[in-house]
Amino acid sequence: MIRVVLPTHLRTLARIDGEVQLDVEGPATLRAVLDALEACYPMLRGTIRDHVTQRRRAFVRFFACAQDLSHASPEALLPDAVAIGTEPLLIVGAMAGG
Amino acid sequence: MNTVRVLVGTRKGAFVLTSDAKRARWNISGPYFGGWEIYHLKGSPADPQRLYASQSSGWFGQQIQRSNDGGQTWEPVGNKFVYDGVPGTHQWYDGTPHPWEFKRVWHLEPSLTDPDTIYAGVEDAALFHSTDGGQTWQEFPELRGAQGHLWQPGAGGMCLHTVVLDPSHPERIFIAISAAGTFRTDDAGKTWRPMNRGLRSEGIPNPHAEVGHCVHRIAMHPSRPHVLFMQKHWDVMRSSNAGESWHEVSGNLPTDFGFPIEVHAHEPDTIYVVPITSDSEHYPPEGKLRVYRSRTGGNEWEALTQGLPQRDCYVNVLRDAMAVDALDPCGLYFGTTGGQVYGSADAGDSWAPIVRDLPPVLSVEVQTLP
Repeated sequence: MIRVVLPTHLRTLARIDGEVQLDVEGPATLRAVLDALEACYPMLRGTIRDHVTQRRRAFVRFFACAQDLSHASPEALLPDAVAIGTEPLLIVGAMAGG
Repeated sequence: MNTVRVLVGTRKGAFVLTSDAKRARWNISGPYFGGWEIYHLKGSPADPQRLYASQSSGWFGQQIQRSNDGGQTWEPVGNKFVYDGVPGTHQWYDGTPHPWEFKRVWHLEPSLTDPDTIYAGVEDAALFHSTDGGQTWQEFPELRGAQGHLWQPGAGGMCLHTVVLDPSHPERIFIAISAAGTFRTDDAGKTWRPMNRGLRSEGIPNPHAEVGHCVHRIAMHPSRPHVLFMQKHWDVMRSSNAGESWHEVSGNLPTDFGFPIEVHAHEPDTIYVVPITSDSEHYPPEGKLRVYRSRTGGNEWEALTQGLPQRDCYVNVLRDAMAVDALDPCGLYFGTTGGQVYGSADAGDSWAPIVRDLPPVLSVEVQTLP
């Protein structure tokens, strides 16, 4: 079970209270987690990564275990603590604008 | 008794203002989608309880929301706006080619006859439509073939901001793009032609060019769809032949720069604009917020000031932020970048604020309900 914490606006959009818990088949990569998240909550498609290119939107960041994973390859394995659910993957709206 | 529902899009959410036909006491609900930019929301003429809203954010991109109960509840529908094929390039500010890139939906125009059919004008400029209630969207790529490689963004971006449907000719659609101009299809989007003859824009190399004009808004009265009115960047214009040619009707306006233009619900030759000082000073002349009305289809204008601030007012009224209701006398509404929404229940003779302290207003639409 992988835990994901979404920013407030995306929780509101997807009508989610608290964390999301996802079953991810295969290696726990960022791409696999986002695929599973979007499968459960289709309205999140296009909000975190581009519909077509699948690139992370510029003002979205991925944090976990006090690390910034935003620039890591989508195919890179997430930290073990995220993969086993002791730590969440944080999807964050960057601090920008007013 | 009729009721009036005013749909207000702002920088930080949507608001719904409702009143009975007297239009004296208003109930204000919202914000809906708080914290998101709501560029536009509009109801279906075929089913007034069906509303669509364009919700966007610099962080999380574009959403389309749909309501089936007049705005009480909403559900997100499709947000995948992908250009058809390889969209190529348009002109960038420095004159270099720049690839087309989707940014947001500026304007939603529901079909006159089918609640599930809706048009979306987007930035970078293109027209999309959905025939399944907003679940999926398809572009009209032929529009970009109308010299799209020469279009360039205005200061607000290269947006398709106006969609006008012809009630007498279901396959005819007018659209306007900043800064490209007005275009028309007569075959439901298969082919498009620039409709800019008669426009003169000093800010472009050839003032009479076929494309490149910064059209801010066009308006039509449904009973006379061959007559169009335009607020261009500078100049208020009129066409009496469905856009084939335009002539200036700025007349005695204090300035002919502005954004919105609207037509009275029952008088096709009564039109309204809000003059703004200039393209470098986006506020009313002399700090006086004045709507100007022409009862002659242009050229002869009168200032409407009663109830509007006549000193120290430096707000703007954006292109999609004025609308009329269908009651008699006709009601008129506009929102400002200062967060006020003003209403008039007597065709503009007198005004009162409906609400004063919203976020900056991006759009105002009105529904007249039975």
